[in-house]
Amino acid sequence: MKIIYLVLLTLLMALPVKAAEDFYHFDSLETQSRFQDLTSELRCLVCQNQTIAESNAPLASDLRGQIYRQILSGQSDKQIVAYLVSRYGDFILYNPPLSAATIGLWFGPLLFLLSGIGYLFFYLRKHKIRAA
Amino acid sequence: MKIRAALPFIIFAAIGTILWWGLSLHPEQVPSPLINKPVPTFSLPILMQKRMATENDFIGHVTLLNVWASWCNTCAEEHDFLLTLARDPSLVIYGLDYKDETAAAMKVLHDNGNPYQMVMLDTEGSVAIDWGVYGTPETFIVDKKGIIRYKHIGALTPAVWDEKIKPLVDKLRNEPA
Repeated sequence: MKIIYLVLLTLLMALPVKAAEDFYHFDSLETQSRFQDLTSELRCLVCQNQTIAESNAPLASDLRGQIYRQILSGQSDKQIVAYLVSRYGDFILYNPPLSAATIGLWFGPLLFLLSGIGYLFFYLRKHKIRAA
Repeated sequence: MKIRAALPFIIFAAIGTILWWGLSLHPEQVPSPLINKPVPTFSLPILMQKRMATENDFIGHVTLLNVWASWCNTCAEEHDFLLTLARDPSLVIYGLDYKDETAAAMKVLHDNGNPYQMVMLDTEGSVAIDWGVYGTPETFIVDKKGIIRYKHIGALTPAVWDEKIKPLVDKLRNEPA
């Protein structure tokens, strides 16, 4: 009896994990993984820190449906992404293209890294001179 | 030496300024790539009419398209202001009823008044995706040629209307059809 309760409890805890998944049928593993890859690289515009794959927002669910239908109708990944970008802009991409608006995003971390290395370099050189 | 002592404060002030500026941003208002693009091709049933609405309904006049739903609280807040705008018969106001039950939408319009010359029923929400809608309410301004010229996300208020939308609508009215 105890085991049954335990199993039920575990199943109950697994519910939220399953929550953001709708039931889509795929004819092959390949299309299924395409669907998973596409939905997990697109941003949900309602809860902006979640992907379309993760989000429970109704819009995310609608967009999953849209992507599913477009995959079935033979659209390529590029065409599907282009369609969504033409509706919602680059903001929907978690991997945004390089443009004037995203240049800081792409090269900002590199700038920080280089200035850190630069600072370290000068600091070490100064100490070397003092030690000598 | 003096500069070194002040450095942490300078860095703090710089970070503070950037973060303070960040607070004034509105990341929830995503700029629409549809601005200056034609109205997407679509076909939707119209509330209490037999014909279907299409992109051709946007040709020949300046249109305000309001995306709303009976379940949307912010839409209820802007409803009165839309009724005020509807007193000007030269402004064509369309409603796009987003993912709604038609009976519930009809009840709202019956109880609170109907600012829309035409209400299109997007029960599935699929046409709204073509318009780049991701929440309600959203308001679009479409020019006489059927080109989307402006999008406002969130409730329509007298302040937003006076500052941003009315000057644009006045300008678009003077453009040739």
